[in-house]
Amino acid sequence: MNAPVPGNAVRGNAVRQSLASFRREREADWKALEALLARVEKRAPRTLSEEELLSLPLLYRSALSSLSVARATSLDSALVAYLESLSLRGYFYLYGARRGLGQRIADFFLHDWPGAIRDLWRETLVSVALMLIGIGAGAWLVASDKDWFDAIIPSGLAGGRGPDASAELLRGMLYDGDNGFLSGFAAYLFTHNVQVAILAFALGFAFAVPTVLLMLFNGCMLGAMFQVYWAKGLGMELGGWLAIHGTTELFAIALAGAAGMRIGTRIAFPGELTRMAAAANAGRVAATAMVGVSVMLLFAGLLEGIGRQTITSDVTRYAIGGGMLALWTGYFYLFLAVKNGDR
Amino acid sequence: MATASRPALATVRSLITPEGVDLRIKLADAGTRAAAFLLDVVFIATAAIVVTIVALFGLRGLGSGELQPLFVVWIILIFFLRNVYFIAFEAGRRASTPGKRIVGIRVASRNGAGLSVDQVIARNLMREIEVFLPLSIIAARGGTGVADTLTTIFGLVWALLFSLFPLFNRDRMRIGDLLAGTWVVEAPKRALMEDLSARQDPVAKAFQFSPAQLDAYGIAELHKLEEVLRRDDYFAQKAVAETIGRKIGVKIEPIDSKAFLSAYYGELRAHLERKLLLGNRKVDKHDR
Repeated sequence: MNAPVPGNAVRGNAVRQSLASFRREREADWKALEALLARVEKRAPRTLSEEELLSLPLLYRSALSSLSVARATSLDSALVAYLESLSLRGYFYLYGARRGLGQRIADFFLHDWPGAIRDLWRETLVSVALMLIGIGAGAWLVASDKDWFDAIIPSGLAGGRGPDASAELLRGMLYDGDNGFLSGFAAYLFTHNVQVAILAFALGFAFAVPTVLLMLFNGCMLGAMFQVYWAKGLGMELGGWLAIHGTTELFAIALAGAAGMRIGTRIAFPGELTRMAAAANAGRVAATAMVGVSVMLLFAGLLEGIGRQTITSDVTRYAIGGGMLALWTGYFYLFLAVKNGDR
Repeated sequence: MATASRPALATVRSLITPEGVDLRIKLADAGTRAAAFLLDVVFIATAAIVVTIVALFGLRGLGSGELQPLFVVWIILIFFLRNVYFIAFEAGRRASTPGKRIVGIRVASRNGAGLSVDQVIARNLMREIEVFLPLSIIAARGGTGVADTLTTIFGLVWALLFSLFPLFNRDRMRIGDLLAGTWVVEAPKRALMEDLSARQDPVAKAFQFSPAQLDAYGIAELHKLEEVLRRDDYFAQKAVAETIGRKIGVKIEPIDSKAFLSAYYGELRAHLERKLLLGNRKVDKHDR
């Protein structure tokens, strides 16, 4: 049983020799590619010399061809696994090519953000309409029975501003400069509103139903608050107090709702695409809009923290609020940056 | 190739490069992803605590009037820390957070094209409602002492539903992956290992095998044998050498196990590779 058949070992050795020489000849290229990838993954590509940069795709293709050869002829699974991981890294680096972060940020502000918002115009109209309906409903409910106020506004947010509060107290809240931990509160509101906006966006995937409810309810809260002040003859003043940051903030929340609705409606009615693909397409537009929304909310937070309590003139408040609204609408719907051909 | 009953391949997806080579990417399994996420959470929490402690020590002397604007900065910083951490790292060149990097996985676009920043943003914003939202609701309620059983259960069920979602679809996607058109794949960095059949072992040279002895096993067993040799565990090698010796009718001294396995591996591989060149892929020992 132990007797070797003549020629068998010799033929085996020949195969072994050719595969060993395959590895010997290609190994330097693999190592070079590995070293280059390790460098470009850590630092920017400009740290490579021009020569190295040009050799990268060549080395990658050589690794791919080695992989094909190894898969077809070699049974060294460690070698195949090494080449697979090396090729995959090369593939992700070369074909995952994207613009630099600076360029990306510039593109975002010049094209992507306004473009995404313009793309969502129909949903934005619906979202704003829902909020207006909510405001009307909230005001009407509190006007008909003031107990509705406690049901609509969480007591923590109301902070004593209720239907039973005196006109002086309500007025004081609108104009008093030294209001405790005011700026901290503004920052809290900022993160709170970002949460509301994210919620409106993210709940959209449930066929947009929760988003619609959220928009209505947000409007309801605003309407209820408004009714309380209106009944005391402070309607205009509350308008100014809200307008200074509210135009930015409410617009941002409306846009977040619009983004959520886009995803929900696309999942419900995917058209010719599969539901997955439709959701992915809508998700990309909506996510771009959402980053913009958080920038808007940052502005709103700053306006609220700095402007709301320090600027006490109604005219200035309305002017700032109106100005911000005009700025946003102009930026989104009128400002069309010239597109580069190669984008 | 026989494809029947190979659970390991259920997570392999084909990715054909423009050069026409199928890279066969492997999807990361749920356990790996959970581990990566927990690592990231630890990093974020550590950073948040360090920032807070540094801020507290640096600002001891200030009165509450000067502290207010800094409090704003702090709140915004912590908020950004959590929300930007994932996005910034995944939008980077390696498309993975430090946690993912440690366990060797990365985010990739499902259609094989480059991962765009928009996709990264979409998948990470969804994480906000998948995990952080229910937890923060529970935390907020708990903080004010109004956490009733119902809201807690609701929050936990919500979080559980979303975190288990990857287990219920073929591609192991979270809701965020689904919306962004991404998936998470294994992208380990592997070092080039030595070629076992190039090992020069004087004892191994003494072993000779007949074609019948080499026909006893196929490629699957060869790969297992490679694994055993690379692991270099004396007892495993002794057991494997005994099994092979029994099968091919050779008596091996325990001390010679490693040399015998090296010799048999080299011969078996050369034998199977030669068959491969002639178009005969012997998948395993049952394959004739």
